[in-house]
Amino acid sequence: MVSAPQPLASEDVALAVRDLTVSLPPGMERAHAVENVSFELKRGQILCIIGESGSGKSVTANAIMGLLPKTIRISSGAIRLEGMDLVGLSSDKLRDIRGRVVSMIFQDPLSALNPLMTVGAQIEEVMAAHDVGTPKSRRSRAIELLMEVGLPDPPLMYHQYPFQLSGGQRQRVMIAMALALEPAILIADEPTTALDVTTQAQILQLIRDIQRRKGMSVMFITHDFGVVAEIADSVVVMEKGHCVEQGNAEQVLKSPNHLYTRRLIAAVPHLTGKDRVPAEAAAASSILKVECLVKTYRSGSALFGRRRIVPAVNGVSFDLSPGRTLGVVGESGSGKSSLGRLLIKLLDSDSGSILFEGCDVARLSEAEFRPVRPKIQMIFQDPFASLNPRSTVGQILTVGPIAHGVPHKAACEQARELLAHVGLDAGTFDRYPHEFSGGQRQRIGIARALMFKPKLLIADEAVSALDVSIQAQILKLLDQIQRETGVSMIFITHDLRVASQICDEIAVMHRGQIVEHGPPSQIFLNPTSAYTRELVAAIPGEQQSSARAVGSQSTLAGHSHK
Amino acid sequence: MVTRMSGFLLNRLSQSIVLLVIVSIIGFTVLNLMPGGPLAQFGLDPGMTQKDVERLATQLGLNRPLWLQYLDWAWRLLQGDWGHSFRDGSSVLAVIGRHLLATLLLMGTSTALAIAAGTWIGIRGATHRYSLFDYCATIGAMVALSVPTFWFGLIGIYIFTLKLGWVPAGNMYTIGDGSVLDYLHHLILPSLVLSLVHVAVWSRYMRTATLDALSQDFVKTARAKGVSERRILLKHVVGNALLPMITLAGMQLPSILTGALVTETVFTWPGMGRLFLDSLGYSDYPVVMGLLIFSAVLVVLGNLIADIVIATVDPRIRLG
Repeated sequence: MVSAPQPLASEDVALAVRDLTVSLPPGMERAHAVENVSFELKRGQILCIIGESGSGKSVTANAIMGLLPKTIRISSGAIRLEGMDLVGLSSDKLRDIRGRVVSMIFQDPLSALNPLMTVGAQIEEVMAAHDVGTPKSRRSRAIELLMEVGLPDPPLMYHQYPFQLSGGQRQRVMIAMALALEPAILIADEPTTALDVTTQAQILQLIRDIQRRKGMSVMFITHDFGVVAEIADSVVVMEKGHCVEQGNAEQVLKSPNHLYTRRLIAAVPHLTGKDRVPAEAAAASSILKVECLVKTYRSGSALFGRRRIVPAVNGVSFDLSPGRTLGVVGESGSGKSSLGRLLIKLLDSDSGSILFEGCDVARLSEAEFRPVRPKIQMIFQDPFASLNPRSTVGQILTVGPIAHGVPHKAACEQARELLAHVGLDAGTFDRYPHEFSGGQRQRIGIARALMFKPKLLIADEAVSALDVSIQAQILKLLDQIQRETGVSMIFITHDLRVASQICDEIAVMHRGQIVEHGPPSQIFLNPTSAYTRELVAAIPGEQQSSARAVGSQSTLAGHSHK
Repeated sequence: MVTRMSGFLLNRLSQSIVLLVIVSIIGFTVLNLMPGGPLAQFGLDPGMTQKDVERLATQLGLNRPLWLQYLDWAWRLLQGDWGHSFRDGSSVLAVIGRHLLATLLLMGTSTALAIAAGTWIGIRGATHRYSLFDYCATIGAMVALSVPTFWFGLIGIYIFTLKLGWVPAGNMYTIGDGSVLDYLHHLILPSLVLSLVHVAVWSRYMRTATLDALSQDFVKTARAKGVSERRILLKHVVGNALLPMITLAGMQLPSILTGALVTETVFTWPGMGRLFLDSLGYSDYPVVMGLLIFSAVLVVLGNLIADIVIATVDPRIRLG
């Protein structure tokens, strides 16, 4: 706990971290979570800390807040906040600082709020914890804060429970809570990652506004360079516990010095606005023809109580040619995942038809559909949850084909070939899923889907859980596989930038319906529906890059968010 | 909200009735599949001729087909007539009533003790995870769960009655005394012995539930707000940890009222557990069926009450 006794903070520095090293318990992948990290957060500025998973960005934030788990501790360095040295401070002193001098908001605003307490009670708790005000004054302050973060009907909102709010509203409540005692510094740990793109744009705007209005200093942790471009004054780039580059935001974004920063920026998917060159000439017939597909969720008992009816997919129709990729894009609740599940008959549709190779699979019974199943395969979102932890990779790959009558030996041979094909080494076959990283697991998931030599792949948010650099690799792999095998793909995603990388056509879904359908150039450069325009405008940091890609800014300027 | 709650209750009630009918049919059938039957005990009685036995069977309606006996029994049950004990002819409800209070006293005390101690041990075990206390609590719970209750009962009697002479060895009260203090004096040992298993179960569940709540993001939020650890534990952790425990408590309700067979036998406690055992021995079918229906109703009721309590305390269910 020896800190270098140098003068750290000058007048305009709100937070200074100097040579911070946080050690991990022995036996972990590396000895230090962060090592010799130094940066300064200037007063009234937004500092973005960017890095991929495992870079140590959250550990840094937790170290500042004094919220590190007991097994992880600061082994050297200094953290100076508003003239106080935080390292080695007693837990009581740290507790007094938290919420009063420095506040924090988190990634998932639902789990970050106590489900059993009202919004108002949780905001008041900050003030009560620091003995500020009376119950009455706290209450009026809480309502005032709810108004300040732009929540509708604050007096009503005060009595609501977190589950009654939308994701964006919950994050606003978190922000209100963080602002309650007017802290000098706000630490935001991926606060928009779990939100829809339009909501993300609003929350970024809100943080920007509040920061300017109050002259607050913000330390903003993110993995998304788009967000950095949108909000940052200065940037710290972290890789595997080290700070590899830092400086002025514009400078780091435009002319990154460090190789890792360059790689990271290059990996960020951009709206290309260019149409993909198809793998082969379009065939006359379509492999999949969906007409007027409808699925309505009904919950609650028919006899007693209230029924809830949610139209998840409401009259969706589209065509897919062999060897092409259709992107299905939409925000949460738009019905895009329900559509995917309908196509693979994990859900039964209410009406409409799904013509797969000319046969209406929507009407087939489970037994009749079974022979068709191998031809339609799915790649799932979560590479951790979608592989059985108790099966070897070989078992995961071969169990399906063997169930469909492929001899054991042939299946194993094919599995080994496919693993090599998706870029995994031969030893993979006998190992267990937990031994692999997220990107490797997604490769296993892709190999699993390919075992059946499918005609149609449905990828549901297949790259959403991955870091950008891994994301780029997986997208490339999918593209390569399509060109080699001629498989058709339906690529479901919430991320328009990703969709623009890999799709021949894009269908934008909103409230169960396709509001716009066309090639990427139309969707991103000349969107006809208002909703698509709103979506495109909300993409963080896209103003400069798409302008670069297209050359003319005129089409886009009108849609830009600010 | 009121209409939704009543809709929920109606729904549950209709499910429960179906369940009770099924339980009673199965119980009735299985009971009558037992070899012998209620009149077998007279088979060796030299004072009873075959004719006498047959007359008795006709009187009690035992020579009718089984389904008719069931329908007759069920119809009377619905009218509040639970039948009469074969042993002494008193009504089944009265027999149950006589034993209910004793069981309620014993089980109520031991359950209250168990929940209080189990909750505390569970929370402390979770907050001081892998501490000496936690290890001792874990080992203690394993011992309490794996060693049969009667052993603890016998050891308790040996130490505290025979060696130390602190408490009586059995019965609910001293004949001729019957004061509150006397009742309490008799209650101490059996309720402690009985609570051992419950403490073990409850503390293990509470520990897991507390650990689960402690790892939630909102606990981190509360820390980030500067809330003290004590208040975090009381306000954020315990409240959320107790939610799943309500269901567990609901499942315990039947055992509170139906009694502990073994413990009541060891301590000659005149409760429901012993009533059940004795009635089985005498082939007293009306009482056995009565006890069966009684405990089935309690299971249904326990779950229902737990659901209502959860719906009241959890806003996600109350308003969702």
